[in-house]
Amino acid sequence: MNYRIEVEDLNVYFDEAHILKDININIEKNVVTSLIGPSGCGKSTFIRTLNRMNDLIDTFKKDGTVLLDGNDIYDPKIDVVDLRKKVGMVFQKPNPFPKSIFDNVAYGLKIHGINDKDFIEQRVEDSLKEAALWDEVKDKLDKSAMGLSGGQQQRLCIARTIAVEPEVILMDEPCSALDPISTTKIEDLIHKLKKDFTIVIVTHNMQQATRVSKYTAFFLNGEIVESGLTDKLFMEPTDKRTEDYITGRFG
Amino acid sequence: MNRIISPKNAQKIMKTVFWASGLITIIILLIIIGYILFEGLPVVNLEFLLSDPIDNGASGGIAPMIVSTIWVTLVAVCIAAPLGVGAAVYIMEYTKENNLVKLIRFGSETLASVPSIIFGLFGLAFFIVFLGMGFSLFSGGVVLAFMALPTILQVSEVAIEAVPRSYAEGSLALGASKWQTVSNVILPAAIPGITTGIILGMARAMSEAAAILFVVGASLDMPYSIFDPGRPLPLHLYTLATQGTSLANSYGTAAVLVILILIITIVTNTVVENYSRKMMGR
Repeated sequence: MNYRIEVEDLNVYFDEAHILKDININIEKNVVTSLIGPSGCGKSTFIRTLNRMNDLIDTFKKDGTVLLDGNDIYDPKIDVVDLRKKVGMVFQKPNPFPKSIFDNVAYGLKIHGINDKDFIEQRVEDSLKEAALWDEVKDKLDKSAMGLSGGQQQRLCIARTIAVEPEVILMDEPCSALDPISTTKIEDLIHKLKKDFTIVIVTHNMQQATRVSKYTAFFLNGEIVESGLTDKLFMEPTDKRTEDYITGRFG
Repeated sequence: MNRIISPKNAQKIMKTVFWASGLITIIILLIIIGYILFEGLPVVNLEFLLSDPIDNGASGGIAPMIVSTIWVTLVAVCIAAPLGVGAAVYIMEYTKENNLVKLIRFGSETLASVPSIIFGLFGLAFFIVFLGMGFSLFSGGVVLAFMALPTILQVSEVAIEAVPRSYAEGSLALGASKWQTVSNVILPAAIPGITTGIILGMARAMSEAAAILFVVGASLDMPYSIFDPGRPLPLHLYTLATQGTSLANSYGTAAVLVILILIITIVTNTVVENYSRKMMGR
């Protein structure tokens, strides 16, 4: 099997709090993997260990290994800038920069030292097209991204992420702040994107997990209770706690 | 019900109180500025603005004073703005709440509450006596920079703090370094607030007489460089008024100072507002 990310015996602590316990999961290339579970179960902490965003928190400690394409991303020799270029992230609340639509998408290219104007213009257009936003914004690329609707802003954040051509896109509840129509657009987009990218999505919405993902992992109290093919996990869960959660008995 | 005042009436009364507070604030401002302009504008004309003073300012103009004011203010801003903004960035982005940060804050708050005449005395002791520099606009500008520094630091800190963390996260998640994030995302978003701080600090420096009293030399001649002595507008109007040289010219000088500050404030506000509107897409 060809795995993009392999996580082995991962434990994460913030100060004394043991947030993630013995996480083992492999994430397959170019498919969508959903992480479900109640609030506070560690899903977000988990995806933030995959692009080392937890490094920003001083009390963060971890043991265990996280491999991206077979390389330990916590190896001291790894440049975190390179890692985050390979592992992009879309946040819960759309967070475009207070810049023009064009500059938002071009930002990642510019910080990575690309100055070729024609190249940047082409890449911005391609990324916006891929994020299904081009037709809506092509006449106002110089307008501020803050003037877009929430759903458009989130697609812009996806365009901004794919512009730097990552291998993996982490999505932390990307639709939780959006209305149903915008949510559908993002889900359609996820289907399209999995051809080129490995996608890990945290979601509170179990229907969304069944609609978009091939694999699902169920987190509870910092542990993975069950993981596997989405269809199987939802149709024939092996663990009683998974069954209770997906049938809505808690969470 | 044994309430003395019903919530509805309390609401009305408080609304009136707040409305009156706002109104009185505006009226006080208008009275002061109106009075200065009323007394001062009659002597202000092109000749007053462009000529040298005659007989210690009893007649003639205030051209050297305007130039002096511009020089000391420029020196003050060029020193205080990078220092204040730099310290604010350091405190907000590069370090946690530690003892050094507390010390910087304590220093800046103390600096803000030191009376301006003490700054003046320090300037005399340090630049003129200790360093042996002659009286100059440069020394005055440096003293004024110290006075403007706390305002710029504090307002910049608040402006940077007000930038949503999600902007920084978005930038870091794209692989940007700390400095790329600060320079490309955080500072541009905080610029409107930082500019307000710089303008407040600048206005404080510009209108200060006591702090520069002992260091600029109070010369009536046109300064040709920042190392010449000079006499900024506030010092000129203070001298004219206290020595009874010419009260009319003192008011005229005050009017010019007020107008200068108003112009700077209004122009900056307009520019900042346009920038914010463009940035936020409104």
